[in-house]
Amino acid sequence: MKMLKLVLALLALILVTPAHAADDDFVLRVHALNGESYSDKIEAAEALAALGDGRAAPVLEALADGRLGITPDGTVLIEQDGVYLDPLSGQAVQATGFDAITVNNRVRGVARGAAARLALFSPDVEARRAAMESIMAAGSDDAAEMVRTALAKETDSGIKTMMAATLANLDLVSTDPARRLAAINTLSDSNDPQIRSRLENLLESETDPAVKQAADKMLSGMTFRLGLIDFGANLFQGLSLGSVLLLAAIGLAVTFGVMGVINMAHGEMIMLGAYTAYAVQQFFRAALPPDLIDFYLVAALPAAFLVTALVGIALERGVIRFLYGRPLETMLATWGISLVLQQVVRQIFGATNMEVANPAWMTGGWELAGGFTLTYNRVVIIFFCLAVLGGLAALLRYSSFGLSMRAVTQNRPMASAMGIPTGRVDALTFGLGSGIAGIAGVALSQIGNVSPNLGQGYIVDSFMVVVFGGVGSLWGTLVGALSLGLVNKFLEPYAGAMLGKILVLVFIILFIQKRPRGLFALKGRSVES
Amino acid sequence: MKFNRILGAGLFATASLLPMFAQAADDTIKVGVLHSLSGTMAISETTLKDTVLMMVDDINKKGGLLGKKVEAVVVDPASNWPLFAEKAQELLEKEKVAAVFGCWTSVSRKSVLPVFEKMNGLLFYPVQYEGEESSRNVFYTGAAPNQQAIPAVDYLMSKDGGEVKRWVLAGTDYVYPRTTNKILEAYLKSKGVKAEDIMINYTPFGHSDWQTIVADIKKFGAAGKKTAVVSTINGDANVPFYKELANQGIKADQIPVVAFSVGEEELAGIDTKNLVGHLAAWNYFQSVKSPENTAFIKQWQTFIKNPKRVTNDPMEATYIGFKMWTQAVSQAGTTNVDAVRQAMYGQKVKNLTGGTAVMNTNHHLSKPVFIGEIQADGQLQTVWKTKDVIKADAWSPFIPESAKLTADWTYPWVCGNCTEPKFK
Repeated sequence: MKMLKLVLALLALILVTPAHAADDDFVLRVHALNGESYSDKIEAAEALAALGDGRAAPVLEALADGRLGITPDGTVLIEQDGVYLDPLSGQAVQATGFDAITVNNRVRGVARGAAARLALFSPDVEARRAAMESIMAAGSDDAAEMVRTALAKETDSGIKTMMAATLANLDLVSTDPARRLAAINTLSDSNDPQIRSRLENLLESETDPAVKQAADKMLSGMTFRLGLIDFGANLFQGLSLGSVLLLAAIGLAVTFGVMGVINMAHGEMIMLGAYTAYAVQQFFRAALPPDLIDFYLVAALPAAFLVTALVGIALERGVIRFLYGRPLETMLATWGISLVLQQVVRQIFGATNMEVANPAWMTGGWELAGGFTLTYNRVVIIFFCLAVLGGLAALLRYSSFGLSMRAVTQNRPMASAMGIPTGRVDALTFGLGSGIAGIAGVALSQIGNVSPNLGQGYIVDSFMVVVFGGVGSLWGTLVGALSLGLVNKFLEPYAGAMLGKILVLVFIILFIQKRPRGLFALKGRSVES
Repeated sequence: MKFNRILGAGLFATASLLPMFAQAADDTIKVGVLHSLSGTMAISETTLKDTVLMMVDDINKKGGLLGKKVEAVVVDPASNWPLFAEKAQELLEKEKVAAVFGCWTSVSRKSVLPVFEKMNGLLFYPVQYEGEESSRNVFYTGAAPNQQAIPAVDYLMSKDGGEVKRWVLAGTDYVYPRTTNKILEAYLKSKGVKAEDIMINYTPFGHSDWQTIVADIKKFGAAGKKTAVVSTINGDANVPFYKELANQGIKADQIPVVAFSVGEEELAGIDTKNLVGHLAAWNYFQSVKSPENTAFIKQWQTFIKNPKRVTNDPMEATYIGFKMWTQAVSQAGTTNVDAVRQAMYGQKVKNLTGGTAVMNTNHHLSKPVFIGEIQADGQLQTVWKTKDVIKADAWSPFIPESAKLTADWTYPWVCGNCTEPKFK
């Protein structure tokens, strides 16, 4: 009823002022988006889209993103990167106040779908491509007519293929066997799991032998390809988990592996690193221009290294050096220290999780075939952990500090006799291990939560990796972490996360029975004693 | 050990025989606060300790209770379940508290339950939980499954919620998610959802690598039917879960996730820009506008000296529980547990979100239910709410064994899990 009245009013308007009628109509319908209920808003969004006006697309997108708002004097504006735009002219305007129009998932879905359909006719190729991607992702059938019309006008071959695929997808359920067959032929090299399930449904009820045969062939090819993609996904996920384990364990490989200190406070070093990342982020937000916020991580790395290395050195000089050669006492003392550090952080920052945002370049992912997404943050972490490991290996191999470190590890009295200040080397080595744990914390803050308990989640895994890989061997830590990550991820789809973890633990226990020194046992005098 | 038990029994006997003497001895009323201030659960429970302290502070400013000052006795059970029982014993036996506000996890509640029942203490439990329990010595002010899980699923099945046909039930592997999912599975099946359209997944506490599971959810959602995730994932595991969801590009208008353990406080630790539209179901949102709520938020932010600190549902449950207890004590004119318990039935407190919460004879509340969508600022925006308050079922009608049971602590039942009244 309301719509009818509106339309009548609009008709009247058109008759009186034909020149501005379209504009007035547009403004009216944009206003209607600020409806009482969600159903009103949906109705208004559909009415706005029905105008077929290209200017409606950004308005509907803004509505879906919660960027469409209303000022106290009742003008509807689009907010874009802090600037308010007039929906009609697209010009920037001043706003005295701005209240975003609230939407729910249903309104969002309708608005996005409508915006995409409008954008299909946009002169901009990229806008059309984005619109097609959005229509394909939504996977609904209501865009079919629009796509069919747009396909006739489309010039870009890439978008044409997408459109043909979308239409073919719909034709899979057509009543005409020839159309079904044509659809199967068009889609034959698709890797979309959604199309596979439609194909499976089709096969259940298919009667036409030719179509059946084609569908069977397509399905088997698709299953094979999706199997390969699954394998690739598992491989990536395993590498990613391995890289996280590796990052957490590298620091421990230095303090436990090289120095032989059972450092139960290792996890808290990671936690301190993550909190440093949080502090640096807050500093960037408060004191620096907003465009720099994406680079806070770069600044957080040295800061975290410094903070945790200093804490590590203080720990070594203050406590651990008195306990060398007494592993049990060391373990208890460092465990106590870990509790103290946790409580200190809880007192300073509070017990709740801290929000550490992914910078824009680490947000989202690269959508590969078959629903498999390479997430940027994990890709960055894989490369980052390899870089840290490479850097550490180079430091140990080529620097004079690395040389003294190795000398002290392999034979302390001899190194001391050669004039190496073993005490200082110990302190610096411990500082190095802690510092690396700190930068690991910065990286881990990007995938997990930042809370006082953060370290506890990693301590067991870190020890597992170092013991499995072979105490004292960086190479062993690398292989250990990656193989544990891969085994875990290839087990998980079959055994579930819970059982998978248990199986890996059992495997390590059995492995240690067979090879108590881990994968890569270090040969040296100190290890024997 | 044996000596302790005799001593305990002796104290218990004295306390119950001469309640007036025990309390008349001093001019304060003690309440116990049994929340973890260290260990894994400190992240959630510290807030509730502060809420009780704020309420105590408030009532003392208003002249105390029965003319006496209220004193909070705070202990730290350190997220250690057996320690919960020890600390509860200490509160009841040594400190002789009139009531205890505490516990978060179900396992900690189960651990203190025998202590409260043996010593006839009073526990106010402020967290949403799996139900299937009703103790004479516990008042449950959080939501039972029919006040959170069932309405959330109903919403998702409705037109506004997207008419979901396929369900992922993802949870942390312990009693609350397992029981809730059992109830939900039975409920969904009763609504005609087929077994192959339900995927159930459990992960360990603090699970941090969600790649496989999120990818599986994506695959499960690609079957051409509208899919939603019902998450009973608890605590620290949520942040990496939501980060992975956002990064793998799962949008709320394609596969919405509705969570029962994620509120304003948890969201404050997550960057929510990419999570807009995912849902949570609670009995309270900070964003709900009402004079009571505005005053409560202001009081809290002043008390905690942080103008950005958020409020959440278990805080409201603590608030309601504390208010009801003070009203019941005033009405009974004593802190004697049996008298207060009797006075608790039918006790009413205004919800912070409007309407009135009522304590029922099954020791659970009648409360409204809200479904909210996550906003970019970390708040939850109501998209649906119940017209009226919903009465909590202590025993779910969707589990055959528990459907037969009744919880009613008044005459003629006087029972938490009976199939027929004790006094006919």
